[in-house]
Amino acid sequence: METTILTGEHYITGDVACAEGALAAGCRFFGGYPITPATEIAEHMSERLPRVGGTFIQMEDEIAAISSVLGASWAGVKSMTATSGPGFSLMMENIGLGICTETPCVVVDVQRAGPSTGLPTQGAQADMMQARWGSHGDYEIIALAPSSPQDMFYQTITAFNLSETYRLPVLIMSDEMIGHMSEKVIIPPSKYITIQSRPRPKGRKDRFKLFEPGPNGVAPMPAAGEGFNIHVSGLTHDERGYPALTVEGQEEMMTRLTNKIRRNLNDIIQTEKYHLDDAEIVVVSYGVSARTGMAAVDMARELGIKAGLLRLVTVWPFPEDQIRKLAEKVKGFVTVEINLGQIHLEVERCACGRAPSFLVGHPGGTIISPDRVLKVFKEAF
Amino acid sequence: MSVNLKKADKKSEHPLDYLLRKDRMPHIWCPGCGIGTAFSSCLTAIKDSGVDTSKMVMVSGIGCSGRASGYVNLDSFHTTHGRAIPFATGLKIANPELNVLVFSGDGDLFAIGGNHFIHAARRNVDITVVCINNLNYGMTGGQVAATTPYMAKTTTTSHGNPDTPFNLPLMAIASGATYVARWTTLHTREFTDSVEKALLKKGFSFIEVLSPCPVNYGRRNKIKLMDMLRVYQEKTIIKNEASPFELDIDMEKGIILGTFVDVDRKTWLERYDKLYRSVNP
Amino acid sequence: MEFWRVPLDVDEVQTTRGEVHILEDRCKGCGYCIEFCPRQVLGVSSRFNKKGYHPPVVKKADACVNCHYCEIICPEFAIYSVKVLNNQDVQEEEESS
Repeated sequence: METTILTGEHYITGDVACAEGALAAGCRFFGGYPITPATEIAEHMSERLPRVGGTFIQMEDEIAAISSVLGASWAGVKSMTATSGPGFSLMMENIGLGICTETPCVVVDVQRAGPSTGLPTQGAQADMMQARWGSHGDYEIIALAPSSPQDMFYQTITAFNLSETYRLPVLIMSDEMIGHMSEKVIIPPSKYITIQSRPRPKGRKDRFKLFEPGPNGVAPMPAAGEGFNIHVSGLTHDERGYPALTVEGQEEMMTRLTNKIRRNLNDIIQTEKYHLDDAEIVVVSYGVSARTGMAAVDMARELGIKAGLLRLVTVWPFPEDQIRKLAEKVKGFVTVEINLGQIHLEVERCACGRAPSFLVGHPGGTIISPDRVLKVFKEAF
Repeated sequence: MSVNLKKADKKSEHPLDYLLRKDRMPHIWCPGCGIGTAFSSCLTAIKDSGVDTSKMVMVSGIGCSGRASGYVNLDSFHTTHGRAIPFATGLKIANPELNVLVFSGDGDLFAIGGNHFIHAARRNVDITVVCINNLNYGMTGGQVAATTPYMAKTTTTSHGNPDTPFNLPLMAIASGATYVARWTTLHTREFTDSVEKALLKKGFSFIEVLSPCPVNYGRRNKIKLMDMLRVYQEKTIIKNEASPFELDIDMEKGIILGTFVDVDRKTWLERYDKLYRSVNP
Repeated sequence: MEFWRVPLDVDEVQTTRGEVHILEDRCKGCGYCIEFCPRQVLGVSSRFNKKGYHPPVVKKADACVNCHYCEIICPEFAIYSVKVLNNQDVQEEEESS
């Protein structure tokens, strides 16, 4: 068997760093399908997974890929898949199944410019609202946005930990720039990497209720083949897992599914603050655009403009409280994202008119230049 | 001759009750629906095969047949429409000790799920697929399906079905399934034996079972329940050596039943293990 | 020429006998068991079960040979047959215990 965690310094792409992060987090199943620019994750996993005791399979389409990932997760194995915009759209129904059945898994979307086939080899950040609302029905989702290959490594581990703790599919909203750029990635020794796994059932098997929440709102999860005789269904179900096709059943299930996220926001939401203490203009950004934002803040500070950056590591759930609090004291927000305004809408909504909100966007295919952001600082404020 | 009739112990439950979720009975299938019979046969096959029931998993899709997983007292998964087979693939290759049975309908497995069926058969994933073919989409009211006979009436083909139906065993054989059989719910014993054989056999096994849909297909096409079963009794012939090309379902010509293919091929996992896991680091 | 001959061991061979058990409240009145029993053991009863269906009733108990066909064809798990022990079976049981 090969070493799972390749401790040391590497010069690798974001895609490869994501795969290595997954292996470090304990991922032992990858059901994939090739799609630019996420193919490299599948390719790297196909090489490494069998050598560390895992299984890789390339399925016939993205829908089969996400279905196999859900199946493998119920067999007790940490699983993931990776795709881009067109595949992400195809996977939506089964991501909904994963949410409804509380199945831990990780789905990576290495975003390209869309819509439709778009610019396969050029990145964007235009799937952010889809990450939140792509599947039908109400639900809560966790989506992370890494800003560098190093970040890809760590955020993939975080994604697995969150998906196992809260039992739901966690999305990593990467982009082609991060996916394909090569940078230094330091992989620490395994003792510095914390891994969390799904809560396990205790007590008698015949008294076990499949979806009865534990203290943090999450139910323990058995695997198929352990003798618990579980029934897992996409139909609205009660705590036993049996279909409960009534209004009360729906209310109960929806409350359980949403509360487990809404009541644990402090544990889930991660943001990074850069020069935010005395900032008068706050740049809100994530992913590759956070680097643009950081550069713009540095340039602004040299000119005496009090700008700061709030980098969203967790984009969903959106850090509403932080924006609301900032809106009380800052002159305004500037959202930098490679789309025509998606997270910008959230910032505007949470600022609630107390502070103006501007968008520096782009339809996709290139990173945004910090000069454009600086221009907004100068002209709008 | 006189026999001393000693009465057997009075049991108040059915011999298969231990495999049923009794708190969910009675099931939702209509009176006379063949799915109940096919489901009962599968449970008998599970019992008779002697497989470890803690490792037995049933996966189903959406539709009347798909509801079966909710009634069996084993690990069971009721997945999205058409995606039972890739879900089962993920389960099986992540934990090869599981014995996975996919129990679903003709629409779920061959229309929306057609692509997944073809590839799972091609890969020879070690699962068993039982297809309840009731010639329509029953759960949603009786729409035309890929297996609906030519000229049949359904809610979306009120002037008669212009399509010709699939020949399911031919498709399974062409895709590479290693065990292919077709029976009807009337040929219960043969069907049960086939399922038992398929559960114990390594490789992708496919069993089609023709089943009456009395309410949505039968009534609309003016076929009485018992008449549907009379067709299964009188117009079928068991012919194991039949050529796959003559297996299309034609009520006039007659329906051929039997075990058409029973071969051995290396499963996906065996080949994957050989190529990827036996390499010394 | 046809010879009708009574087999020499007719006294020793005993036909299996069965007893049919009906779980009436599960029945949905499809009629399969009645129609396809090879010995016409069952008939429709005039009783209603909890759901308003007419469950089957055993009409010719002596004719049942425990073939289990009613049990395997029933979609509702509502009927099953049990072997009736006769002298030979009782002897075999006593010998094996």
